[in-house]
Amino acid sequence: MAVNPVTQRPTFNEIFYTSLQKLPDGERVRACLQCGTCSGVCPFGYLMDYPPSKMIAALRAGMFDRVMKTDKVWMCVSCYACTNSCPAQIPLTAGLMTRTKEELLLAGNVPVELQDALENTQRYGNPMGESPRKRAAWARGIEPSVKIMSQINRPIDVLWFVGDYASFHPRVQLSSRALARIFNLLGVDFGILGHEENSDGDSQRLAGERGLFELLVDKNSKAFQKYQFNQIVTADPHAFNALKNEYPKLGVNYPVQHYTQYLSAKLDLLRPLLRHEIKARITYHDPCYLGRANGIYQPPRQLLQAIPGVELVEMPHSAVNSLCCGGGGGGMWLEGYQWEQAHARLSEWRVREAVAIGADILAVACTYEIPRFEDAVKMVQKASRLVIRDISELLLESIGE
Amino acid sequence: MNLIVAIKLVPDLVEELKINEEGNFLDLESLRLRVNEFDEHALEQAILLKERGAGRVIVIALDGEGVEDALFTAAAKGADQVIKLTGNTMPLVSNHTLARWLAPVIKSLQPSLVLTGVQAHNDLDGPLGPLLAEYLDLPYVGYVAKATMKDGEVEIRKEYPGGLAAEMEIDLPAVLGIQAAEQPPRYIAFSRIRQAMKTVQLEERQIPDPFIEEPIAIARLFQPEIGERAEIISGDVDEIAARLVDIFTDLDLL
Repeated sequence: MAVNPVTQRPTFNEIFYTSLQKLPDGERVRACLQCGTCSGVCPFGYLMDYPPSKMIAALRAGMFDRVMKTDKVWMCVSCYACTNSCPAQIPLTAGLMTRTKEELLLAGNVPVELQDALENTQRYGNPMGESPRKRAAWARGIEPSVKIMSQINRPIDVLWFVGDYASFHPRVQLSSRALARIFNLLGVDFGILGHEENSDGDSQRLAGERGLFELLVDKNSKAFQKYQFNQIVTADPHAFNALKNEYPKLGVNYPVQHYTQYLSAKLDLLRPLLRHEIKARITYHDPCYLGRANGIYQPPRQLLQAIPGVELVEMPHSAVNSLCCGGGGGGMWLEGYQWEQAHARLSEWRVREAVAIGADILAVACTYEIPRFEDAVKMVQKASRLVIRDISELLLESIGE
Repeated sequence: MNLIVAIKLVPDLVEELKINEEGNFLDLESLRLRVNEFDEHALEQAILLKERGAGRVIVIALDGEGVEDALFTAAAKGADQVIKLTGNTMPLVSNHTLARWLAPVIKSLQPSLVLTGVQAHNDLDGPLGPLLAEYLDLPYVGYVAKATMKDGEVEIRKEYPGGLAAEMEIDLPAVLGIQAAEQPPRYIAFSRIRQAMKTVQLEERQIPDPFIEEPIAIARLFQPEIGERAEIISGDVDEIAARLVDIFTDLDLL
């Protein structure tokens, strides 16, 4: 007698585990030896019910639904600390954590703060809900004027992808203005997209909003196609990461540099302009998406060391071991949630390190960080003397403009 | 049971509002539209009711820039049927006109409950809910912050100024003006909206009588005008302080 084979619908656990293994290097998840390094190195691992290694254990045990019932995965700031330390080289940040956030988002298990940022991005093309028409307003009054691509009818050398915070945040705008003036002084032939630029979408992607990311790639790609330029430069490491690593996967391929790379390559031209001493102990914070995610450690330091008078000192956590500022992977829009869960801010931990080594200035190269660290300085004891500056601002100060 | 949600597009205040050259309306060129926030709460409340087994959710909106996205988003959130009212040629219509256009369509859908935002920032002629109730000849309760379906009734919580609230039961069918849903409007992943765009049938209904004369006419629209009673005191700190002392002394305040 023939027996009908028993067929069962695959469980969510099975579907998810399979999908994870199909991602680039995803099969390595099978090589996890449960050493727990990822969970130990995770800045918020101590309060997650299921830090990365336990998530994998739950997957293997067919109990991933338990992970989905907690919302602590939203504490993940996509800082790549786990990925970087994994001896089995499992794509923990890009694979496990991001895929889990995608599923949580589809299931509607999303903190309200994050919803607002995502809705704003859908509606206005930026997470802060600013008018997209005002995206170039930061550049007003700069001479020679910052060219907006739709207003000039010619090819350009450098397309500056300004990014959300550099365009709209009143404090970060100051660093954008500094960088524009440096470009002008160096005679860089550059332009911006203005209202045609949309959020790069990388942090939304890492917060699980893959569909929104694809929409933004599509919009930015259409804007790129309208104009001729040789390369893209950006001050936003998240935009840099997206344009360098994620847009090409969707067929959008342009050479891109972070501004610290671009300027350090032009140091011969820049150095003679750096005439004024900045007599200060300066420490540099490696942003996750410039450092760990993309291996760029030297260019920012070269620029700082080119400033006369500067004594560059390193914090205990630096370069590949840098501490996240807490803003990645959607963390920028989960401040209240993170505080509720942890009663700690990563940006404050970082500021304490800078204070502990006696730094006068904490130099940054990420558009999320100036406001994050300036806020942290107000909260940390004995930190009131610590000055937060973007590298572009320090360069301009040394130029004396 | 049919839960009908009427949503409308309103000027998005993220853009500065400009007045047209004639000085009697907003400048349409610079206008950006969005779904009235209270209507988003009305939709959320309707979907919560549906999830608790109350019936089907039907969302209806007047045609306009971005209305299809709004309807597909509603479908992705859980609306069973989405309807666009076409045939309108005016950019923004009064609530009297809108209610007269919506009422026959809503009536044909045999509503158990009609939900709409309690107000919108561009309500010049009163909120939409009571007008709809009038044309549908149904009871209306506004400022509703919670609703539960009971046998042939809806139990609601109505908010009053000064922190007061009332709970009441209304016979169905009825119209509710929603102040706030029981939970913030949910976020829906963009991939779900995209999926809805591909799979959901967007129904179009013609406005029965598109040439209704607007009951109100705007005579003049203008920005707040600067008064002349303010004095701007300039000078250094000492001069300003001295001038302030003079002013306060003159007013017998010092």
